Amino acid sequence: MAGLVTSIILIPLLGALVVCVWPTATAGRLRHGRSVALIFNIISAGCALALWRNFDAGASGLQFVERHEWIPAINAEYLVGVDGLSLLLVLLTSLVIPFALLAQPVPDRSRAFYVTMLVMQSALYGTFTAQNFVLWFLFYEMSLIPGFLLIKIWGGENRDRAATKFFLYTFLGSVAMLLSFLGIYIAKGTFDFATLASLGKTGLLTGNVAWLAFAGIFVGLAVKVPLFPFHTWLPDAYQTAPTGVSMVLTGVLSKMGVYGFVRLLLPLFPNEIKIIGPWLLALVVCSIVFAPLAAWAQRDLKRMIAYLSINHLGYCMLGLFALAASPAVAATIDTQAALSGVFMQIFNHGITAAALFYFVGLLEQRRGMRGIDDFGGLMQRTPLLCGWMSVAMFSSLGLPGLNGFIGEFLIFRSSFAMAATFTAIGVIGLLVTAIVFMRVMRSLFSGPLAESCSAFPDLLRSEKLVVVPVTLLMFAIGIAPQFLFNIFNTTVVQMARLLG
Amino acid sequence: MSYLELLKLASPEGVIVVTALVVLSVGLVAKRAAAACTFIAALGIVIAIVTVLSLPRNETMFGGMLVISPLTSLFKIICLALAFFTILLTSAEKAPRHPGEYLALVLLATVGLMLLVGSEELLMIFIGLELLGLSLYVLAGFDKTDVHSAEAGLKYFLFGSTSSAFTLFGISLIYGMTGVTSLAAISTKLATMSVEPLLAVGIIMTLLGFAFKIAAAPFHLWAPDAYQGAPVPSAAFIASGSKVASFFVLGKIVLVGFAPVHGSAGWHTMLAGWSPILAALAALSIVIGNLVALAQSNVRRLLAYSAVAHAGYTLIGFVAADRQGFSAALFYTTVYAITLIGAFGVVGVVRRETGSDNFSNFRGLSSRSPLLAGCMAIFMLSLAGIPPLAGFFGKFYLFSVALHAGANHALLWLVALGLVGSFVSLYYYLLVLKAIFVDPSSLALAEPKEHTVVVFWQESTVALLGAAVVLLGVMPNILASRILAAIP
Amino acid sequence: MMAWTIYLTFAGAVLALVLPRVFSRWIALLTTTAGLALGVVVFVGTPIADLAHFRTIVSVPWVPALGMNYHLALDGVSLTMILVTGISAVSTVLFSWDVEHRQNEFFFWLLLVIAGCYGVFLSADLFLLFVFYELVIVPKYFIIAIFGSTNKEYGAMKLTLYSFFGGMLVFVGILVAYVSGGSLDLNQLSQFQFSPQLQSWAFPVLFLGFAVLAGIWPLHTWAPTGHAAAPTAGSMLLAGIVMKLGSYAGLRVAMNLFPQGFQMWSKWIAVLAVIGIVYAAAVALRQRDLKFVIGYSSVSHMGFVLLGFATANALGVSGAVLQMFSHGIIAALLFAVAGRMIYRRTHTRDLNELSGMDLRHAMPFAAFTFVVAAAASMGIPGFSGFAAEITILIGAWKTYPIAVWIAGGGIVLVAAFTLRALNLSFFGEKGVQGQATNLNSEEFNPITISEKIGACILMLTTVSVGVYPKLLLDRIIPAVEAMRFLK
Repeated sequence: MAGLVTSIILIPLLGALVVCVWPTATAGRLRHGRSVALIFNIISAGCALALWRNFDAGASGLQFVERHEWIPAINAEYLVGVDGLSLLLVLLTSLVIPFALLAQPVPDRSRAFYVTMLVMQSALYGTFTAQNFVLWFLFYEMSLIPGFLLIKIWGGENRDRAATKFFLYTFLGSVAMLLSFLGIYIAKGTFDFATLASLGKTGLLTGNVAWLAFAGIFVGLAVKVPLFPFHTWLPDAYQTAPTGVSMVLTGVLSKMGVYGFVRLLLPLFPNEIKIIGPWLLALVVCSIVFAPLAAWAQRDLKRMIAYLSINHLGYCMLGLFALAASPAVAATIDTQAALSGVFMQIFNHGITAAALFYFVGLLEQRRGMRGIDDFGGLMQRTPLLCGWMSVAMFSSLGLPGLNGFIGEFLIFRSSFAMAATFTAIGVIGLLVTAIVFMRVMRSLFSGPLAESCSAFPDLLRSEKLVVVPVTLLMFAIGIAPQFLFNIFNTTVVQMARLLG
Repeated sequence: MSYLELLKLASPEGVIVVTALVVLSVGLVAKRAAAACTFIAALGIVIAIVTVLSLPRNETMFGGMLVISPLTSLFKIICLALAFFTILLTSAEKAPRHPGEYLALVLLATVGLMLLVGSEELLMIFIGLELLGLSLYVLAGFDKTDVHSAEAGLKYFLFGSTSSAFTLFGISLIYGMTGVTSLAAISTKLATMSVEPLLAVGIIMTLLGFAFKIAAAPFHLWAPDAYQGAPVPSAAFIASGSKVASFFVLGKIVLVGFAPVHGSAGWHTMLAGWSPILAALAALSIVIGNLVALAQSNVRRLLAYSAVAHAGYTLIGFVAADRQGFSAALFYTTVYAITLIGAFGVVGVVRRETGSDNFSNFRGLSSRSPLLAGCMAIFMLSLAGIPPLAGFFGKFYLFSVALHAGANHALLWLVALGLVGSFVSLYYYLLVLKAIFVDPSSLALAEPKEHTVVVFWQESTVALLGAAVVLLGVMPNILASRILAAIP
Repeated sequence: MMAWTIYLTFAGAVLALVLPRVFSRWIALLTTTAGLALGVVVFVGTPIADLAHFRTIVSVPWVPALGMNYHLALDGVSLTMILVTGISAVSTVLFSWDVEHRQNEFFFWLLLVIAGCYGVFLSADLFLLFVFYELVIVPKYFIIAIFGSTNKEYGAMKLTLYSFFGGMLVFVGILVAYVSGGSLDLNQLSQFQFSPQLQSWAFPVLFLGFAVLAGIWPLHTWAPTGHAAAPTAGSMLLAGIVMKLGSYAGLRVAMNLFPQGFQMWSKWIAVLAVIGIVYAAAVALRQRDLKFVIGYSSVSHMGFVLLGFATANALGVSGAVLQMFSHGIIAALLFAVAGRMIYRRTHTRDLNELSGMDLRHAMPFAAFTFVVAAAASMGIPGFSGFAAEITILIGAWKTYPIAVWIAGGGIVLVAAFTLRALNLSFFGEKGVQGQATNLNSEEFNPITISEKIGACILMLTTVSVGVYPKLLLDRIIPAVEAMRFLK
């Protein structure tokens, strides 16, 4: 199975090339463009599944490692490999992107759209599997331009500002990260993640340089997650992007940031994190609490879900910082639980948030608008739509039996043991999220049927084909999460040992 | 030693004199005087060149009055070649009223050049200077239909005579103090005697007289009018032949004759002698020449001021005061002369086609006559010192020699000044080229160019000179090694 | 064999001048392609070990009395520069395919510049290097003054005089080196021990002279004006390659001959470099003319080269050489889009006017190319700019850590102004800015095949070097390590 990981990374690029030269049909419209893109998605998903099948859940360390010389002058290797976390995210990407492509009605200039999405997918695969910083950075930045173009060209109102903000914020963050890693390289002579992680315990850098580097990497990743107060680019970007793009942004791109925290920041700067732990936790709690409050105030459904995304990603960060930053010496069980919870949340939020955007997209297609007041009494007209959408919302809320519950529960449970006060405040976020969702359901589903909604069709066949499998997956994970746990259990144990 | 021997050794000069007389008579008699005279004159020069080549290698007569050495032979050939090109240029101009006289004067001036070049004795030098000068004064004022020509001639004459007086006075003082007129003897005398004020005055006056001849500032005031007003071939000859010979003689005088009172022109090590004087002249020439040239709108006047500047650069070679310095200066002035004749050739064409030679008259030359435009570009850029043209190598040679000469880069100030001057000069040379290549033509030329034989000769002359400049730039060794080898 | 690049290009120049008009562009294309082919053949065929030292390929006495030899030599650094010259030259000719009047002269001057560049990169004799270096100056003037656009005469004169001024400073330095060292041979002189006192003043003079051509702050103002005024091919070549003549010569001559002088002054070079990076980027943010934006971005990128030099370690300097290669390609690409693709069709370079033209739909290939060029210019990994910049920054961390952070800020500014330019030029909305645009997208000529080929060559190069910089670094680093100024 050599070269499997590289194949996964390269297949979407190959697909992009094919779409590039695919012949046009009438009036410049691409015929079957989406199908071609989906075929390549399926192929890469197939490879991901093969990866999963051949993944040895019991072995620790990286698997499917490929190591080649790249730029020996600066110790940059082409080094890819997967452990539990990487595999999880690869699977997530393989799931969300086709989901997004199916959800997005074929846009103008579809050729460019599909090419950009495929390049983005390749970048995502690369980010989650690269194990050398320079390579990782290459893929990380590779997602910037496609992201920018996707928002800029196919976005709605205000897309110029949103795209520029997205790009510049992320770019600024990544420059800071780059410089910090250069400093680390000068000090330690290696860009390899595994090596750096093992060196991190003893402290990579000393003195002011250490703080400078920490700040650089922190800012870079905090912008990506996003963490309060670096989140201001997100609502605009998510709101104005088309449905499919929003799904990818929230489903996978945001995970790049969390992945970065787990893979990069936490192992490399344990001491610094411990020292300013309380401040970090405070920031996280702000994210968790303020975001849903802001969501409560929104009229636009997409913007609302965007803010809720910030909140949910905040849970991930809560778990991470609780285990890494808490002054209390944590029990191993708690650290492992926290990490498991974070990983679950990553996966589940990816699916759930993407689903939520999808449903809003469906509503917007029917109504032409997506304000919370533009609908009313949908239950009477489109019961299926409301039903499945409620499932997604409850999952996001964290109802037991659905996938969202597992992650949130584990995170809160373990964080409570390690950073009680902050977690307690964070619970407010849960409450407000619930209020927001209730409000949405009341406004959209119940009450008298609004005039404007009286002609809505219920779920079409094509839509059902998309919705049902995803929702079933949500239930499956919620009821029997073990199959996911098996993927990353060993990794969790290993990381807990490293970080605890 | 018999007169026959003397005649043999002075045969080149003799040939030219005879040619001059023949041309003079043919010009009076023949119908198509201009063509015949030109042909005879050219032929005479060719014969003279052959004669120079057949001279013995080394001879000295009359205590230095007539010196034959590889160096003098080389430069006699160079001067003859310059005269040859001048004559070719003359043929293309609207025929002067008395072509025979004109050409005869050119030939007589050439004799003066050769006498200058071949002499290492003060009196003979003076005779050569006068012969040259008088011929050139008349040549400058030759065009009686043009008031500018008259002005040029008169100014040149007045300045020239004054400077001749200076020179003569200086020479006589030197003779009075040292008792000898041969340069070698003077040098021996100066080595032993202390320099009294009167002797110093003599030396200085001689130098200043020559400074006029080479148009070094502040003795350059005749040059702009002479270059601009005189008929084009005259101006060309003044700019080229006269310059080369004058520098040659000046070099001989200071390096051979005044060698013991060299002094030093280093920035921190100034010592009285002729080299600080020359250095001061050089510095002034470079500054004044370049700065005033910036303000010009007439190409010939611009060439005049640039001549002042180039005189300054050449003097740097003398200031360096060794073999290499002399060689560099001679190389530079030769290249300069070739360039100037070519430039004047182009100016002549433009003048004939458009009536005048201001910048605006040059517009559109690149489309009318790409060959002439290209050659003008070569000439201007060579003057500016752009590789791979001869002027660049000349400057490099001069500056590197100067820097080498003083201990611890003593002459750096002069070299730096020269470089600044070059930098400034690029601007005004580019302005000329801008007019030729870039500016749209504003003149309506009704008559198309006639492709007569005359025009053909003119263009081929200019092209040949252009090619020579490029050749000397790419393979400067052809000339430089010869000059260096010839200097003892 | 490498020396033939020079001879072929000169021959091509003369042929282009004298043969009939129709042939001139084909001759130019043939000549430049041949030059590139030679470069590639030598690149592939020469073992890396041979490129570690400045090895002689031609040595013929020229003026023995003065010690001048026609001496050419090659090492990894030279080879890299020859390659970028070749690639840039071919694409420049392709982008000038439709020059309408005075083609003979245009291609003559163009090929002269290219020949001069080849000559500088191969010269191992100080005088010869200076000959080629100065030879390039006058063709630059004519290319801009005759064939340029806005303010061409002023821009041309300014550019030429600045270059010549730099040349004069260089002249002084060369003369001093020649006179003190007694030789003009670069290999010999690089062994010679000049007195530290001499080096303390000779180095800054010499380096500054070269750095003028490289666009060092504050002597950089000729670059945006000149490059904006130049025709497309002119800008591509001038910003892409000719500016590199200055930095290359600074490395090969100034730093190598006067290593102690370099050590004395390297801090100041770093300061000026960093100021250049940030200042130029900040000024670019305020420009209205697209070509001025690109002109200032060139100054900013050259600042990186100078920073790399100032680090005085093998990695930093090698990164600087890689940046010279990378920026040569990127600048060519940017100017190609701005000049040839946009300006030729819309006849405006004003960003506000362009933003009203919705060029993204009118010229999709141009938009794509500009996105790629912008990404490369910003230093996005996967393009050559990133590989070069990261190497320089690593080198700089070792010597001047503060410079790294300031340069990082500069990188963000570069991203900002590049994004602004991209936004305004291609992603504007039709008629939004209130400018009456009577140019319909259907009225724009389609992108010609020669433009496409030229753009693809450049884009392919920057991506290849970005993804696999080892190709070049393997040859550059040994050559740099052989230079004696390294700490």
